Amino acid sequence: MAVFNLHVNGKVQKVDVAEDTPLLWVLRDHLRLVGTKFGCGVGQCGACTVHMDGAPLRSCLLPVNAVGNAKIVTIEGLSENGDHPLQLAWDEVDVPQCGYCQSGQIMSAAALLKRTPKPTMEEIENTMHGNLCRCGAYHRIREAVKVASTKSVTTKTK
Amino acid sequence: MIMSNIRFNNSRRQFLKNISLSSGGLLLGFSFMDAEASDIPALLPKDIDIAGFNSYLSIANDGIVSVFSPNPELGQNIKTSFAMVVAEELDADWNKVKVIQAPLDTSKFDRQLTGGSGAIPHSWKRLRNAGATARHLLVAAAAAKWNVAASECTTENGFVYHKASGKQAGYGELATAASKIIVPADVKLKDHKDFKLIGKPIRNVENKNIATGKPLFGLDFYREGMMYATIQRPPAFGQKIKSVNADEAKSMPGITDVVTFKNYVAVVGDSTWAVLKARKTLNVEYEEEKALESSSDHNAIFSKLMESTDAKVRRKDGDVDAAFKSAAKVLKSEYECPFVPHNPLEPMNFFAHVKEDGVELIGPTQTPGAARKAVSDLLKIPEDKITVDITRLGGGFGRRLKFDYVVEAAELSSIIKKPVKVIWTREDDMGGGSYRPAVRYRFEAALDSAGNIIGYKCRGVGINVENSTRQDNFPSGSIENLLIDSVEHQSPITTGAWRAPVTNFLAYAEQSFLDEIAVATGKDPVQMRLDLLQRAKEKPVGPIRYDIDRMATVIKTVAEKAQWGKKKGVFQGFSVYFSHASYVGQVCEVVMKDGKPKVLKIYAVSDCGVVINSSGALQQVMGGITDGYGTAMYGKLSFRNGEPEQKNFDRYRLVRMKEIFDIDASFINNGIDPTGLGEPALPPTGGAVANAIFKATGVRIKKQPFIDQAPFKS
Repeated sequence: MAVFNLHVNGKVQKVDVAEDTPLLWVLRDHLRLVGTKFGCGVGQCGACTVHMDGAPLRSCLLPVNAVGNAKIVTIEGLSENGDHPLQLAWDEVDVPQCGYCQSGQIMSAAALLKRTPKPTMEEIENTMHGNLCRCGAYHRIREAVKVASTKSVTTKTK
Repeated sequence: MIMSNIRFNNSRRQFLKNISLSSGGLLLGFSFMDAEASDIPALLPKDIDIAGFNSYLSIANDGIVSVFSPNPELGQNIKTSFAMVVAEELDADWNKVKVIQAPLDTSKFDRQLTGGSGAIPHSWKRLRNAGATARHLLVAAAAAKWNVAASECTTENGFVYHKASGKQAGYGELATAASKIIVPADVKLKDHKDFKLIGKPIRNVENKNIATGKPLFGLDFYREGMMYATIQRPPAFGQKIKSVNADEAKSMPGITDVVTFKNYVAVVGDSTWAVLKARKTLNVEYEEEKALESSSDHNAIFSKLMESTDAKVRRKDGDVDAAFKSAAKVLKSEYECPFVPHNPLEPMNFFAHVKEDGVELIGPTQTPGAARKAVSDLLKIPEDKITVDITRLGGGFGRRLKFDYVVEAAELSSIIKKPVKVIWTREDDMGGGSYRPAVRYRFEAALDSAGNIIGYKCRGVGINVENSTRQDNFPSGSIENLLIDSVEHQSPITTGAWRAPVTNFLAYAEQSFLDEIAVATGKDPVQMRLDLLQRAKEKPVGPIRYDIDRMATVIKTVAEKAQWGKKKGVFQGFSVYFSHASYVGQVCEVVMKDGKPKVLKIYAVSDCGVVINSSGALQQVMGGITDGYGTAMYGKLSFRNGEPEQKNFDRYRLVRMKEIFDIDASFINNGIDPTGLGEPALPPTGGAVANAIFKATGVRIKKQPFIDQAPFKS
């Protein structure tokens, strides 16, 4: 067991966990940030996507001792009031079916929009191809990312 | 006080009861015991109990309407649709409607389960009555307050109005008075033309919570003091535990218990990672209890049973042998589909706390009632001492109709005497069984010299599927001499209902074979189906479960929408299927790209009667088609010595974003009472795609997954 001071959603959080604990389980079990989901544990489904220093990351594969001082943002910290353009677009386009994959989808899309504020459909598809949606809500996921990209990102992030 | 339009009913068996809350407001319970029985067939495991039924809606003094949604929500959007139906008849302000997932309560609810696309058809009238009755009481309360006739009052958006005097009152302020009025035996429901909410695209009530990562799902549930557990199950079907050495696991940090029960070794500890890590150190030896089957064995079993003289006859019309003897031409074709796992993205999990005085169960289940009964039977604890809270389900697809993961959590809690949440890994989930059965079909058609079908045979051979046919579905009823039979092989590999059970593979096979007949007889596949339906109408043969006119309408509408047979530059394939009381016709359009067929678009026309939520309905159709395509194209679980060869998404392929295509989905919306939509769009897809690929390439794909077959693989 070891103590880590993690930068999560704008706060420093102290956890005492085994060094090889994947970030996913630190977030879920120890910090109770359960918006980040467990789907496969092998980096294939994207349900556990968070941001590390602004880049998308599969948190199921990264051991906590590799996080260091990097800034982690989870779905809970994407916006202060749940009003990131993607979160609004997800409602507007009525994307979710079961909804389990959606926080990972939104985090992947948010990293894309940060990098490429006005992505082409092809860029959206290339990025979102890595996130599985078992319900097959892909048409609306794609549409919602496009809708969000047409709105300026003025959201204050945590 | 003018109350002349209010009928009093003091009978204990009154249809609705209103209960005054101590906090004020109106709580309306409607007893479904007295409502008419549903004849909606649910294609579900036999062990699901169906019992008494009640539900509630409440109106608080601040005007908030709470609708208690009894059925588990797994993405079929029932939480939104149910509330819409109640709010419609209530004339509620949709912005003031809150929807609450009701816990299992068999004294109030009937058919509190999700499966068989049956929730909406079952509840449609009950929900409407609930809303209409509450509205009636609110109007009566307003009329009494204003001393006017109730018939002069109108309702809109959460208010009662008396236009003549200009009076108005919100539902919240009328709720307490309304709760004191005895409810009428029956109320008038709205004309469909007056619907304001029903048929509109209403957003999922849970969107914001989902998009902000709120704890909604079973895996998100946490309680102070709860233990985490992972369970090692035999890697192969047919194995049992011979010996267990858990010394190392027991000594690892965070581990509190390692227990062996039945064929399970459970590792219990204070975090998910602690138990997963400790589990890797277990040394469990297994021995063979039953045959360890491989996919090559299944191949041989299919071939053998296809010739069985001991098949179970499901339907026999006319003289099939004579028809085949007199045929000018006989067509014969075999189709095959492999096992597939359900793969809901949220793996199985459940919380259980077995205490001295009862049991608490919390988690994602499609069948809370059946799960409770199984726990009651196992632990010998009466059902009324067991509570079940239903979380949101991160997908179901039929997997969570089975409650093995609920029972094992309860058993483990009873052994360790602690509250515990059992979490399955993806490998546990994909390797843990209850798959869609593997099947092979043989179809035979006897044709006369004019190309008419004078005889038809279908044999289904299934692994752990008792009846792999749907004997009273189309084309039954349209062919004079017909034989449908089935053979089952019982295997240690466990199977279960998978979204659109049986029809999810049968439809592909049958719709492909009908296409083969059309090609062989030089007929247009659409016209051939319409001709068969016409024959069934003019000269029906035996009982049928489908409505001929509804199916014909769906066929004609989708053919017209897709400009069937008139489009240049695309290859079209046709399919239509009746399942879960709904009808879906599809035209798939394929083009050739880099020498391979590529799906460009699927047109789908669905008849599910009244469309309740046009946004949710589109999701079900588009999701069903995407699932149907992905599974037909890529889905395959193969076995080697009883063990699945694919256990995670690195080896099991699910459809992803770049593989989707345009979907043009529309609805007949004929005003008939609504039928299911969670499943019916899936079955026709495989056939529509395969038929379009045939048109484009001349290659008839006879086996799923398509990606392993020509023209995709040489």
